[in-house]
Amino acid sequence: SHSIPVRSSETEDLRVDGRGCEDYRCVEVETDVVSNTSGSARVKLGHTDILVGVKAEMGTPKLEKPNEGYLEFFVDCSANATPEFEGRGGDDLGTEIANTLYRIFNNKSSIDLKSLCISPREHCWVLYVDVLLLECGGNLFDAISIAVKAALFNTRIPRVRVLEDEEGSKDIELSDDPYDCIRLSVENVPCIVTLCKIGYRHVVDATLQEEACSLASLLVSVTSKGVVTCMRKVGKGSLDPESIFEMMETGKRVGKVLHTSLQSVLHKEESLGPKRQKVGFLG
Amino acid sequence: MAMEMRLPVARKRLSESLGRESKKHLVVPGDTITTDTGFMRGHGTYMGEEKLIASVAGSVERVNKLICVKALKTRYNGEVGDIVVGRITERRRSAEDELAMRGFLQEGDLISAEVQAVFSDGAVSLHTRSLKYGKLGQGVLVQVSPSLVKRQKTHFHDLPCGASVILGNNGFIWIYPTPEHKEEDAGGFIANLEPVSLADREVISRLRNCIISLVTQRMMLYDTSILYCYEASLPHQIKDILKPEIMEEIVMETRQRLLEQEG
Repeated sequence: SHSIPVRSSETEDLRVDGRGCEDYRCVEVETDVVSNTSGSARVKLGHTDILVGVKAEMGTPKLEKPNEGYLEFFVDCSANATPEFEGRGGDDLGTEIANTLYRIFNNKSSIDLKSLCISPREHCWVLYVDVLLLECGGNLFDAISIAVKAALFNTRIPRVRVLEDEEGSKDIELSDDPYDCIRLSVENVPCIVTLCKIGYRHVVDATLQEEACSLASLLVSVTSKGVVTCMRKVGKGSLDPESIFEMMETGKRVGKVLHTSLQSVLHKEESLGPKRQKVGFLG
Repeated sequence: MAMEMRLPVARKRLSESLGRESKKHLVVPGDTITTDTGFMRGHGTYMGEEKLIASVAGSVERVNKLICVKALKTRYNGEVGDIVVGRITERRRSAEDELAMRGFLQEGDLISAEVQAVFSDGAVSLHTRSLKYGKLGQGVLVQVSPSLVKRQKTHFHDLPCGASVILGNNGFIWIYPTPEHKEEDAGGFIANLEPVSLADREVISRLRNCIISLVTQRMMLYDTSILYCYEASLPHQIKDILKPEIMEEIVMETRQRLLEQEG
């Protein structure tokens, strides 16, 4: 690709599409787009299109965490997204993204896993988070993390009661009312901000062409309060410690704004109530 | 920094917003266009079982007795005299080639060229036997569907807004800063790698976004449509041009102006 003009433009905060180095493309978010899920969300960021579905199912707690439920992530890189994903071509990227999601959620505060416990050591809620890549237009990690957060916000878990009879055997009673649900607090769910190093500067929300010009990137997982939960460097090129520090600071700053924007859009959508016009896939 | 998150808005049908009275006759490959055998068949159609059938997906166009289907999206079909922009991926290895050309044009170079001949399998041979063709230096490439590039007398335009474009018939559009003086001596073999000024880069970015807007709204690309779109976009910031509602507004204004110019 034409790497020369892109490199020189970064030194004056003007990218090929007119954006500054810290500008995101327009993001579209819609939740509750898949009917037979506990929660779902679709995020469009430029030409990147992500669909996330969450299914809450009953399972057994893990041995080392008897009082908690847990999350499982699956990422499917659809062959529709790009010809490179034909056959098993998308498997490696899918595994990489799933592993990154496990990492960013692997801490005590992202999701209150204790709230997913039904009865210790016996029953808990397992949230199966399925991520589907519909189209690849650059900056996959950011878009996926936004979609996962929106889908978890949308997730409704049925309220259950544990009934114990005289002999000590337990029975789980599901509420009759389909609207009697518990919801997750997604306040501390982190989002990923990817910073791509191009020339001497770094940019957020890189397009496919910009990613091709970048030899090294930093993925920063940030919470709404600006706390970094994890960082990962990708790419063949090297990053000097000063760059890493600068990129991390940009990631924290940009991440906070990302969370604020997402929260306001999700609340706006919810305030429209059940009568809102769903756009979905044919709109 | 700028960040905008929004809820999706259902797109309006293009025909509704244009107020078209007659709906276009859209077909997909295999659709019957007409059972009337009195018509001559044009591009995108074939005769089968006493009826005219479409071979491409697009809209049916009729000129007197000729029916053809204009495809919405096509692969590039080369014709002699076409201008193309592309990147050299592979070279034919001939002894003459090895000695002479490798020094000037190498694999990985972006070039403009003219179609010299078309082979029966659709392959084309290109030549750069004029000083206006050759290696392309700094600029921005936009890839669009070849069907949207209007055929004109010339595909090299120096736009009055301060940049130049090459509208390749193959759908590759090259936007670059207008050279200060025509380099007659070097021809097209030495790429200019000097840094491009911020003002020039703003013009180029704006043109790039305008071209993408026109293409998204299925408008034909030629010097006038691009220029009108550029002028309509001036009240907006460059990065806002790609927002759906602003894109619609700018292209609507362009369409309006083009209609007025024709009428």
